Amino acid sequence: MSNTPENLRYTRSHEWVLDNNDGTATIGISDHAQELLGDMVYIETPELDRVVEAGEECAVVESVKAASDVYAPLSGTIIGANEKLADAPELVNEDPYGEGWMFKIQFSDAGQIAALLNASAYADVENED
Amino acid sequence: MLKHTPLYDEHVTAGAKLVDFSGWEMPLHYGSQLDEHHTVRQAAGVFDVSHMTVLDVKGTAARRWLQGLVANDVAKLTATGKALYTCMLTEDGGVIDDLIIYYMTDDWYRVVLNAGTHDKDMAWLVRHAEGNEDIKLLERPELAMLAVQGPHALDAIGSILSPELAERVKGLAPFQACEGDGMFIGRTGYTGEDGVEVILPGDAAACLWRDLLAAGVRPIGLGARDTLRLEAGMALYGSDMDESTTPLESGLGWTVTWQPEDRDFIGRKALQQQKQQGITRRMIGLLLEDRGVLRSHMKVRSADGGTGEICSGSFSPTLGRSIALARVPANVKAGDQCEVEIRGRWLAARAVKYPFVRNGESCIDL
Repeated sequence: MSNTPENLRYTRSHEWVLDNNDGTATIGISDHAQELLGDMVYIETPELDRVVEAGEECAVVESVKAASDVYAPLSGTIIGANEKLADAPELVNEDPYGEGWMFKIQFSDAGQIAALLNASAYADVENED
Repeated sequence: MLKHTPLYDEHVTAGAKLVDFSGWEMPLHYGSQLDEHHTVRQAAGVFDVSHMTVLDVKGTAARRWLQGLVANDVAKLTATGKALYTCMLTEDGGVIDDLIIYYMTDDWYRVVLNAGTHDKDMAWLVRHAEGNEDIKLLERPELAMLAVQGPHALDAIGSILSPELAERVKGLAPFQACEGDGMFIGRTGYTGEDGVEVILPGDAAACLWRDLLAAGVRPIGLGARDTLRLEAGMALYGSDMDESTTPLESGLGWTVTWQPEDRDFIGRKALQQQKQQGITRRMIGLLLEDRGVLRSHMKVRSADGGTGEICSGSFSPTLGRSIALARVPANVKAGDQCEVEIRGRWLAARAVKYPFVRNGESCIDL
């Protein structure tokens, strides 16, 4: 059974979102997603200052198996990316909610966070896979 | 309903992530594909390859029939247990499947074919044996097959076998098999490491599996099998060659035996014509110089603008870089700079000779 922390919000496309309570959010992929994808071998994080719309492709995770897009869960501006992932993509497997975070967004609409899935709703999505 | 090998319960016990592989429920990995890959390069691993087709070709015409059916010449095999690798071709020279053929006796050859091509292979073989009283085709679905691979593989299996059989196994040359303790053991594999492939009755497979695990051998899934064989530069049917490509265009020219000239195997005329005219595309290794991962079907561009395509591509766990087998214009040679299109960007790659890795060591300059 995958780990689905209660303090995070989730998307149907398996990103997690941590509201930093300062107008920014930290984003990564869920434990369930990393488990489905398998060992990570390459991660492409978004460029800083890029303006993204919610639902837009903005990062790529490549596992031994396949390449998968990661989508921006919120509209806003990219203000940070996890540089460690360039040399240590396995952090996404080992610690998906911590060291394996992928990027930070300064979001434009706090309402978008409230509309994301909570942990129990996301657990139902996991069960559909 | 997916088919199960005799080792299915062992896979579940070992915590396998199971996937549908050509209608078989098979282990993709048992936790980490990368760890499994390194285990085979550095120690020893065991793969369940019981889904592959084992077919016994028997009868007084067996040799002559196989000589007409495959591009390598089974007449080279004269000692019991000796094997060769070959392609079975269409009249056009396209590859129907790649296979290993063991010589058992003058009127008995054992053929190992891919699981994914089972139905079309059998249809082709049955059609060509039809009306020939001196050929009998006998599928052996009751047999299981385990591949034990890695630098410690021979020691590990040797610790399980009777001392006498263990000695014989250690003395086997590559592509040579022997029989004993109810097992057929060949010094073959699909990883670029030393090791054996063991064919044995399905009901004895779980016992051998457990003995191997107890001897320190780790279970390895089909995921690592693919990255291991790619590093070893070994072709995968369906990715690197199929009925639309000939062995000459697939880096498998070495498996075609041209002499004697009067051996008329299916596809020979087409191959001979292609050889005389010169091939226009060939297989080459690629090493990605930029960051990213090469995948099958990505477009390749050579320095002079020629175009090709990646057949098999992946991350190479041993090299820590991305590698591929690609079919490119025939003028591309090792050392040439190429470009590969990854998500709309053209990234730098270098053409290299493969294998990329043999016996745990890199064979290319990074």
